[in-house]
Amino acid sequence: MAIGSVLLGGALGYASVKFRVEGDPLVEKIDAILPQTQCGQCGFPGCKPYAEAIAKGEADINCCPPGGEEGIRKLADLLGREFKPLSGEHGIEKPKSTAVIDENVCIGCTLCIQACPVDAIVGAAKQMHTVIASQCTGCELCLAPCPVNCIAMVPIPETIDNWKWKYPVFAVRKAA
Amino acid sequence: MNVRELFKFTGGVKPASHKAESNQAAIAVAPLSPVLTVPLRQNAGLASRPLVQAGDKVLKGQIIAGPGGSISVAIHAPTSGTVRGIETHPIPHPSGLLSPCVVIEADGEDRWIEHSAVDPYSLPVDELRMRLRDAGVVGLGGAAFPSFVKTQHSPTQDIETLILNGAECEPFITCDDLLMRTKPDEILDGAAILAHIAGAKRIVVGIEDNKPEAVSAMSTAAAKRSGLPIEVIAVPTRYPAGGEKQLIRVLTGIEIPFGKLGPDYGVQCFNVGTACATARALLSGEPMISRLVTVTGNVERPGNFEVRIGTPISDLLKLAEPKADTDRTLMGGPMMGFALPTLDAPLVKATNCILAGSKAMFPPPGPEMPCIRCGSCARACPMDLQPFEMFWFSRAKILGKAQEYHLFDCIECGCCTYVCPSRIPLVDYFRFAKSEIRAREKENEAADAARLRYEFRLEREEREKQEKAAKLAAKAAETKAKLAAAGDADEKKALIAAAMARTQEPKAEEKPSAE
Repeated sequence: MAIGSVLLGGALGYASVKFRVEGDPLVEKIDAILPQTQCGQCGFPGCKPYAEAIAKGEADINCCPPGGEEGIRKLADLLGREFKPLSGEHGIEKPKSTAVIDENVCIGCTLCIQACPVDAIVGAAKQMHTVIASQCTGCELCLAPCPVNCIAMVPIPETIDNWKWKYPVFAVRKAA
Repeated sequence: MNVRELFKFTGGVKPASHKAESNQAAIAVAPLSPVLTVPLRQNAGLASRPLVQAGDKVLKGQIIAGPGGSISVAIHAPTSGTVRGIETHPIPHPSGLLSPCVVIEADGEDRWIEHSAVDPYSLPVDELRMRLRDAGVVGLGGAAFPSFVKTQHSPTQDIETLILNGAECEPFITCDDLLMRTKPDEILDGAAILAHIAGAKRIVVGIEDNKPEAVSAMSTAAAKRSGLPIEVIAVPTRYPAGGEKQLIRVLTGIEIPFGKLGPDYGVQCFNVGTACATARALLSGEPMISRLVTVTGNVERPGNFEVRIGTPISDLLKLAEPKADTDRTLMGGPMMGFALPTLDAPLVKATNCILAGSKAMFPPPGPEMPCIRCGSCARACPMDLQPFEMFWFSRAKILGKAQEYHLFDCIECGCCTYVCPSRIPLVDYFRFAKSEIRAREKENEAADAARLRYEFRLEREEREKQEKAAKLAAKAAETKAKLAAAGDADEKKALIAAAMARTQEPKAEEKPSAE
């Protein structure tokens, strides 16, 4: 009995070292649901810190406007919490947009480049800047620093490539 | 007479075929429209890249757009004329959205660009594949998948059998039927070339047994040929016998699992129209600038027309004289086709049928009733799926569960919708769920990319901070050393004075200013 407990204890001790889980798996799971805009609208400096705060129970699950209602539902599912609507103080859910720089007005100050969390703006001092549309997350962090207000958020238009079939229920009733 | 064992696929339905309306008249050549609108997005895969600009004169068969990626083909001017420009224009798509098109004003001369035939058996196979790509050959069965991609050799599996799909199982459509009756030799020429490219050892032609004329024409033509063994087989008429996986199963008994394709099992499938286009592209050098289209349904003169790509669908429909009560136009058949949002859209390579409909012909379905779990849809499904389960989860938007029930195996054939006693538009739900899942996958990919870029940026900022700190520390140490070496007070004073003088100098821009 005693030998057995020593052996098992040793095995457990070894396993805890050998199969140690790096990082908090719950934070990773929450982070995977968050939209990764890194916009800070939740009050935390990025998606990961917000995920950590949720995991610790310091933040509510309804503080992420870009994730929207669906994101809150997924978080509620993951954490076994009750769904609640998006809290108004952090902003509202907007259609997906990308930043567009009016290149005629841009003075090349590089402030937006420094603000962009995903390095989606290219340019250099006193050179025109432009947004790499495919990498823009629509976080709006470049709007405030721009001294000449030359950045606008433009909703992503519907094209053949991103068009989706609509939910059929209503269409069917109309067709009758 | 062929005696051979045929296999069966489960499910399927037998809707009224309505083939007799349009397969009586001979093929007519549609007159040339004055303005042709050729969409750059015609094939499955990537859109083509335009190579002409406004004002350019083009000849019939001239390349006006090159392949836009590895799964993309060239597009050619359907007639000679002047390029009016590259304009956004409605294309035949259920969304009714606009897409870039090359608009050509025909000069009426219809003058060919210089083109010549090649001997396909003397050229290397890869050269032939590139020729197919540059001739714009795509599958004419409806999906418009680039044919040169399908003939690529797999390193692990040789193609044993080339299947020619002449089943044409969708009601109303007869363009393949008419093609097989009138051009069996050309079809088999093309099939032989495709088999040569793919390295197939035999050709099997599958034709539904409701097309006896086509079966006999193809059999006669096959009997005359030497070379690869060709079998022409009449398969039982049952929708969707022309589905790729269904036809392969009926003819060879091979059941292809999810995620695999015919070539993984030594079988490759081509539509008869594609074979004919291949023959044309290589044996006469003519690229794909026209196709055979069935115009039928609620029209006075249904039939098949040889139509240039880019012809406005309204022009084509007029040839068949639609009846006054026509209230909708479908592209494709009644099972898998979609209502065209506008008749301004041009004909594309994927257009096999234009079907005019009226309230009398396609009475509006009654209201959707609740699912009673009768299981009719599961019995009708040719892919052995359980549509009622997928419907349940698609309707509730529990997309992950719908996927677990193999939503992406669904070929959207419409059998389940056809048999549903509650008149549930099941396929519409599946299409919704599929496109929603695809959109989410894209979003997740974008989020992952954004996360990586953000983490990289944080890392870079941290590194820059450390580098800066290290630099400052090094400089401080250097100054300290200098001071220590200087020793006496005078030199120290001189150093301090020099530093003071530096601060007095006009500041160089260390931070970019706002103005």
